[in-house]
Parts: sequence; C-alpha cells; structure tokens
Amino acid sequence: MTDPLTPPRRKDPLVTTHLGHVSPALRSRAATAMAARAGQGRFVLQVCDDCAQATYPPRDRCPFCWGALHWQDQPNGAVIAAQTTIRSSIDLFFKDHLPWRIGTARLDAGPMATVHLHGDVGRGDRVRMELKLDRAGNPALFAMPEKETPHMADDPQLRVFTADPKYRRILVTDGRSATGQAVAEALLKAGAKTVFLGNADPLMRYPGQDRIEAVDGIEPVRLSLTDTRSIEALAGQLGGRVDIVVNTVGFTRQGGVGFGGNLNNLQSGLDLEVTGLMRLAQGFAPALSARSDDGDNAAAALVDIASIHGLTGRAGFAGSSATAAARLSLIASLRGEMAQTGIRVISVLTGPVDDGWHQNVPPPKTTAAQIARAVVTALQQGQETICADEVAKDVLARWQDDPILTIREENK
Amino acid sequence: MARQKPYDGVALCAPVTTPYVRFSDQTAHWWAGAALAALARQTGLGPADFDGFCFASFSAGPDTVVGMVQHLGLSPRWMDHIPTGGASGVMALRRAARAVQMGDAEVVACVAADTNQIDSFRQTLQGFSRFSQDATYPYGFGGPNATFALIADNFMREYGVTREDFAKLCVAQRTNALSNPLALMKKPLTHEQYMQARPIADPIHLFDCVMPCAGAEAFIVTTPEKAQELGLSTARLAATIERHNAFADDPVQTRGGWARDIDDLWAAAGCTPQDMDMVQLYDDYPVIVAMQLADLGFCDKPALSRFITENDFTIAGSLPLNTNGGQLSAGQAGAAGGFQNVTEGLRQILRCPLGDQIPDATRALISGFGLVNYDRGVCTGAAVLEQDVLR
Repeated sequence: MTDPLTPPRRKDPLVTTHLGHVSPALRSRAATAMAARAGQGRFVLQVCDDCAQATYPPRDRCPFCWGALHWQDQPNGAVIAAQTTIRSSIDLFFKDHLPWRIGTARLDAGPMATVHLHGDVGRGDRVRMELKLDRAGNPALFAMPEKETPHMADDPQLRVFTADPKYRRILVTDGRSATGQAVAEALLKAGAKTVFLGNADPLMRYPGQDRIEAVDGIEPVRLSLTDTRSIEALAGQLGGRVDIVVNTVGFTRQGGVGFGGNLNNLQSGLDLEVTGLMRLAQGFAPALSARSDDGDNAAAALVDIASIHGLTGRAGFAGSSATAAARLSLIASLRGEMAQTGIRVISVLTGPVDDGWHQNVPPPKTTAAQIARAVVTALQQGQETICADEVAKDVLARWQDDPILTIREENK
Repeated sequence: MARQKPYDGVALCAPVTTPYVRFSDQTAHWWAGAALAALARQTGLGPADFDGFCFASFSAGPDTVVGMVQHLGLSPRWMDHIPTGGASGVMALRRAARAVQMGDAEVVACVAADTNQIDSFRQTLQGFSRFSQDATYPYGFGGPNATFALIADNFMREYGVTREDFAKLCVAQRTNALSNPLALMKKPLTHEQYMQARPIADPIHLFDCVMPCAGAEAFIVTTPEKAQELGLSTARLAATIERHNAFADDPVQTRGGWARDIDDLWAAAGCTPQDMDMVQLYDDYPVIVAMQLADLGFCDKPALSRFITENDFTIAGSLPLNTNGGQLSAGQAGAAGGFQNVTEGLRQILRCPLGDQIPDATRALISGFGLVNYDRGVCTGAAVLEQDVLR
C-alpha cells in the first residue's frame, strides 16, 4: 500500500534547495525513437518486419533474423521475475532518491526488461507496464499494479516520472477565457494547492470573473504575455513558488493569406502567442529549473495549449495556424532545454475550439472541458504530447502517417 | 563440431602483478608500461624483443592496442585488443597461444592495465555499452551491483543457495588474501562481519562487492625453446573453451557459456574437475563464483549449498579458490581483474606465489566472465594450465 502524500510543509528559506539533477541522459537514436512514442503515452516495442518478434532493449536490427525493426504498440502485461532495492548509487540524481526499486520483468510481448517498480508490486506479481518519460525526457519502463491500489499515484518513485498536480502551485496564464477557467478548476479538483490565475487587464471585467475568483484556491494575478514587465514582475513575485505553468492564451482570427487575411490580426497573434511564449519561458523557466527536484512539490512542468493545425496549416485560419506552428516550434526547442533540468514540457493539441472565433466551423469542436481534462491527464501521466479531442487525434494520426498528404488535405 | 587441436609448442611464463592502488593519478598507459617494466625485470627483454602484444583495458581511451604500441615503443608483428574485461585473461591466453604455435609471433606480452582516478568508475559505467546506457543504468544507476542483485535474487531462490554459502566463499578468499602482501584488503573478514554488512542492492551486501582500483597484470606466451633460453619456468595449456552470449533465452542468467562447452574442456584436457589443485574463478560477486563451480562441473546447482559447506576454499583446503584473495579481497583493477586468474594460477604452478603456496600444485583451472552488456555477463572462457618445467 502506498502512503498517501502529505501536504508539503512551507519551505524553510535557510535550507539549500536541492539541485535539479536528471537521471543519466545518454541514449542511442533507437532509444530516442522510443522516447518520442513514450511521450504520447503509448506502450511500444520494436517488432521485426520479417519474423514479427518483438525485441528489447532498442536495437537497429532484429536479433533473431536480422530483419528491419519498426515500433509497434504492444500488450502491456508483464510478470516480475526478480527484484532488488538499490541502496547505493554514484549517480547524482539517484543517490538522492534511494532506496530505489527495480526488477526484471518478463513482458507479455516476449522480451525481458529491467524496469522500475511501483511500491505496490514485487517479485512474482503480474503488472501493467507503462512506458513513461524520465526527467531527462528518455524512455522508462515502469511496472504498475495490475489493478488500482490506494493512493497509487502518490508512490514516490512514480512521482519522479509524472507532474501530478496534487499539492502543487500552478500558474494559469489567462483566466479571462473559458479555457483558462476550466483548466484552473480542473487542476484544483485534481489536488492542486493553489492556482494563480492570470488576468491581462484587471480594469476590464470578463465573463465568469466573480464565480472563478471566488473559488477556493484561486489567486488572481496580473499577467499579460504581451508585456515583458508584467511577466518579470510576476516571476519575481511567484518564481520560487510556482511548480507548474499552464499557458492558456490564444488569439484566433479567421482569414487566408492572399485573400481575407488581416496583418494586424497576424501581428497580434504572433505577439501574444509566440513572442508571449518566449517572454513567459524567459520569465519562469529558470525558476522552474532551479526547483525541479525540490521535494514533494518540486517544480515539474510547463504546459502549452496550441492548435493541431500548427502542424499542417488550415484553410481559412492561415494566420492562426502559422502562429500555432511557431508556437509548436518554440515548445519543441524549449523541451530540449528543459530536459536538461528535469522539467517536462507538455503540448496539449486542440481542434477548432468551441468559442466565438470558430462559429462557422461545423462540429465536432474542442470544448474547454476537454482541454482541461487533457491538461490534467498529461500532468498526471507525465506525457509530452496529448490530443484534447477527436479532431486533434484524427489530424495527428493522419499527419504521423503521411504529413505531406495531411497538409494538402487541411488546406483545401 | 571440429575438436580443439592441442596447444603443442606453447609455453606460458613470467606472471607479473603491479601493486594495486585504490585511486591513481596515473593513466592506463602508465600502468601498462609498469607491467611491461616488471616483465622486463623478470626476463631481461626490452621493447624490441617482444614481437607480439595483446592488450586489455577499459580506461585507455581513446587509445586501443595501436596507440599503446606506439606509446610504449613496441614493434610487434602480431597484436590484439581484447575488450572483454573479466574474460580477457583467458581470451588473451588463447589468442597468443595460437599465434605462437603457428609462428605468427614468438614472444607475446599479454597485458591488462587500468587506472582508477577519482570519478573514473562512474564515467566508465556511464558509457559502458549501448544497452546499459539505454536500458540498465537509467534504472536506479546501481551499476553492476544492481544487475547482479537481480541475478543473485533469482539464483538464490532457484537453487537454495544462501548468504551463508556466499559468506563461506568470501571469508575463505579473505583468508587467502592475508598472505598476499599486494592485496588491498589487509584485515581478516569474519562470517559475522560478512552477514552484518550493510546492504548495497538486496541481496548484495558490502562484502559481496569488489573494490575498484588501479593496477596491471601481465604474462608471457612463447615457445618452450625461447623460455628455456630465457631461463623461465613454464606451464602448458592443456585445454580451453570460450563462449559468448550463450543461453540468450534464459529469462534471468542462471548459467554462463561454460555450461555449453564444459564437456569439451575436460575431454580435451584429459582430466576431471577432481584433478585440479586449485580454481581461479572470476569473482566479481560470490554468486558468479557459485555459478562457475556448477557450470565447470564440480557439482550440480541444487547441490551447490552442500558442496560449499563440505569444501574448504583456503590455500590449505580441499579446493583452494582464488588464492591471491581474488578481486573481492585483492581488488579489481578493471580489465586486469580478468587477468588475475591467469597470473595467480600460473604463479601457483610455477611455485612463485605472491602469498602462500598450495602444496604440490601442478594443475590450475582458470575461468573468466566478462562484460555486463545489458542484464547479464556475456563473455565466458576457461582454461586448464599444467606445470611443465620449473627453472
């Protein structure tokens, strides 16, 4: 049984902050390919094109017949054949997280693997394997109890691989939108201690303001991503106390490129969503990174919500899709930087959001509640990329299969 | 399968050990040179006299045997680089023996040398192999301790071997080490101390682990005629085996490649385990010593516990084991740890041990085990050495 997490105590300002080391990060290209799939919450192994046998650790050729290997989703059951508790390590990250339990797992898919063990599983147990990302963004096989156990998510080893909102303090950048409000409430419901809710223009009232600001745990803060000084001021005030940042800003307007496009709209979108994202990262990334291994409420993640059409462009939303493309590109670069400090960078991808700027788009559309659910799930699972709804899933699947075709289709 | 041809015309001689140190500010090159200097003192040979050179090391990077040859002023007509750590001694022996037998070389210096600088152990582990970098060390970074903990956890339950049994092996090796002035461990180890040691990675405890250190080991493979000319005592190579990545389908390692080839070894050697005056086994962990005792034919695995109880593994005992103290008590100088079994076996049958002599010893079984590439040791080898001429 897992001991339930207790609310972290107030930080003693005289105690040295634990440096945010990451677990050993050197990986082969094949292991990096496994990480890319792990980030989407998939459980994959390499399977041979010729003999159809699954293999692990990541290889470049099949060890049974030397055929070519491809990543495939695999059954995630396993049995633990041997276990140990590591009580001594010379690695800077693990030596501060001892004892650490690992085991030898016989995967239902075939291969044997060295795996991390959840506290509720041990030798002889049937387990459910999850392919997680470790703090450095590398693939990690984690053996979970087959069935839900009490306080399962509070397992200290598991929490190293997740960014669970429980007891964490979270900045949601834009509370003026329905999305921002839904995300804030979902995070509190998932156990967050505080949600600092951004408001770019405190002099202007917004829909739902009285209700959301009265919710227990919500702390309104002044924050405008188009204003560097407001970010610096807030980072100075909250930097050491924010564990997760969720960027909910968006500026969607319809229009084409040669026809019906509006340069002012494009510039406003780029300033808020792209330059704004970099302003936000520059304000908060250093503080998050410095606290990435600071106990139960260590800083854990930066979440950005963007349109799936950043991958493809979209007819009728050319400027907004270009903005989303730039946003996804910045997030990919930031992910690489933050992997070195143990902070997860998460992309929540949406279809057309069910708001005033997508009135003439036929359903299905992405609701604020779906986005909020995706944010919480990605944090709880430690995922890197998550689709909030069916449209995003559909476009992503087609894009992964044939990006050039999907780009044509979406711009017809 | 083609049978192994005898090693006629091959003489093993001049085992040397450079005194180990826990940490060294010197390089593997320095230690390799120290081993060659020791060979030179014993034989009178200089750089120009060795026409064969076989080298094993983990810490010589970026150099291989090529860099080492130029660094140390050798000009061999045959050379080899053995990257198999704990199996490198047996493998060097096999390769050098055939080179000498076929006339590709006449005097081969086999050298294993490694340094141990501050933090070099961690750095070696970090980039040790692709599988361990991808799929072992990110899992708690317990190093080899964690890998062998999983192997030991399974082995002990499977075959009823206990920590008491391992204690007996470790205590006997420490007793042996006390007569070896070069052993790093100088104090006796009691059964109680072994049992009460702090856990490292369950069921591995402190005295199951070797002490990484710096050092070098070397020996010469040449012709009987050349050895006579140099006035060196010699041993014969009766038989050898070598196997890599055996039993890949075993879920957790319970046996090594020896189990596959052991009948060939004893058939070619023309003797049995009971004819051995000593065993010099690779001892990174006592569970691997126990595994070798079974795989090399001394007993079945279910009978291991009884076999260990019934035998005395000290120099004066019924089956002397790792008579210099082994890596567990003498220290593990990287790849040189895989040469210790050869040099110590040779010394005992050539009557020049570092510590106490096994009375009347003429035959030694040596065994190597190397390279945890992922979840198990991949390389194995064994050889039977016999006393030939004492000079």
